[in-house]
Amino acid sequence: MRPGLSGTRALAGAALLMLGAPSGTLAEDALQLEVLAASCANCHGTDGNSSGAIPRIGGRPQAALARQLRAFKAGTVEGITVMTRIAKGYSDEQLDTLARHFAERPRP
Amino acid sequence: MHRIDRRTMLARLGASGALALAPSIARGAAGRGVVVGGGVGGAPPAKYLKRFDPALDVTLVEPAARFYTCPFSNLVLGGLRDMASIGHGYDELVSRYGVTHVRVSAEAIDTAAKTVTVSGGEKLEYDRLLLSPGIDIKWGALAGYDMAAAEKAPHAWKAGAQTELLRRQLEAMEDGGVFVLVAPENPFRCPPGPYERACMVAHYFKTHKTRSKVLILDAKDRFSKQPLFMQGWQQVYGDMIEWVPISKDGKVVRVDANAREVETEFGTRHKAAVLNVVPPQKAGNIAAAAGLVDEAGWAPVEPRTFESTLAPDVYVVGDASIAAPMPKSGFCANSQGKVAAAAIVASLAGREAPQPSWANTCYSTIAPDYGISVAGVYAIAEGKIVQVPGSGGVSPMDASAEFRKLEAEYAVGWYESIASDTWGTA
Repeated sequence: MRPGLSGTRALAGAALLMLGAPSGTLAEDALQLEVLAASCANCHGTDGNSSGAIPRIGGRPQAALARQLRAFKAGTVEGITVMTRIAKGYSDEQLDTLARHFAERPRP
Repeated sequence: MHRIDRRTMLARLGASGALALAPSIARGAAGRGVVVGGGVGGAPPAKYLKRFDPALDVTLVEPAARFYTCPFSNLVLGGLRDMASIGHGYDELVSRYGVTHVRVSAEAIDTAAKTVTVSGGEKLEYDRLLLSPGIDIKWGALAGYDMAAAEKAPHAWKAGAQTELLRRQLEAMEDGGVFVLVAPENPFRCPPGPYERACMVAHYFKTHKTRSKVLILDAKDRFSKQPLFMQGWQQVYGDMIEWVPISKDGKVVRVDANAREVETEFGTRHKAAVLNVVPPQKAGNIAAAAGLVDEAGWAPVEPRTFESTLAPDVYVVGDASIAAPMPKSGFCANSQGKVAAAAIVASLAGREAPQPSWANTCYSTIAPDYGISVAGVYAIAEGKIVQVPGSGGVSPMDASAEFRKLEAEYAVGWYESIASDTWGTA
């Protein structure tokens, strides 16, 4: 039911795989991760670099992002508006993957 | 058409991306992507195609220099924003990402020859085409409502001149009048839009014309975020907003725009001081011209990729596509556009499309300090789009004033972020 995880497991190697990809196309795993992360940009900005009222997630520490996402999903944080509803749409593994992805985004 | 021909053509057209084109010629593009429509569904795939593969030659066909968004156009009507704040240009797509923006309209598409004929008669060749044509009005589907009628009784369901016309009518209206909003049957662009509009008009009345009323005549008995809207109307506007569902004779069957009068199914006539008709809709006209729509006028697509089921190598995203249970929202259009861009890149590389994942968060502003939302995460199950079980849903009923205020602030934050993700910061 959830989006497949097969493409997002070997992310540590994504950068290396990119080197081998033809004509600058993102490698399969990296492209899969971009798809998973693409929705986050709608509120948090491209690469998580929000400049408005919604918190910036790009370039923040991975552990903090992962902990927060899991807490949103568990519903254990008070006063959360929409993130509990959204985090429940992802597996724990996907949330961890997203945390790593956004932690690695460069800050502008 | 060879690329050099295209460059000549672009020069004639005054393309803003002519400089960006040169490097891709030198390098040899990995494929030609053409995107038709520079709205919230089309601009993101143009940008993300280049992010996913900078070697692609990406052309965005959009006649406007600035695009005015339907999201937040209700806030312009309410006086919370001005038009300039909902207009966005293409400079960053061109200068930072290397998208070629041609300021022309797509007039015909030959899906066999894989060409797009643009205004002026030139043809653009494509390897993959993505259409995000938005909606067009089914003129005449509601008796009396044609293009001329829309100049008297605006729809304002495409932002721009229609938004400004409706705002001017509200400003010119004498206090004590009734604003009548005609709401359509499903499906239509922005399901909560008519009800947010009622709030924003009521906000204007509450702050400027306190004896005036809002009357919604609806062709439905249920609508998006209904309990939250009805609670908000009561809490913020008292009896200023009245909603008449189809079961209480709310369905309008005839419009007299000159008299600003409408007639319902059972013959009740309502006279408006300002008449706003949200009419029946269909996919943007170019989709039908290209043979990409069904009998109802919307574009069927493969759920996983949003490739048309009616033509190969053509993708249709946003309001024009049939994507239920995803709503026809700006957030979904952006989300679909980016996932389709990834599918296109994979397809050009001869690979399988990535597993899709989409989301939606749709805020409605009831008052400047009162926001509500609906959210959802979407995936593929058994070949169909489904909302991931357990995800999503609407804001809680009876929430605190702080909660509502936070969602109103997040609505603004969302707008800034999605506009930036879609068009850039310009």
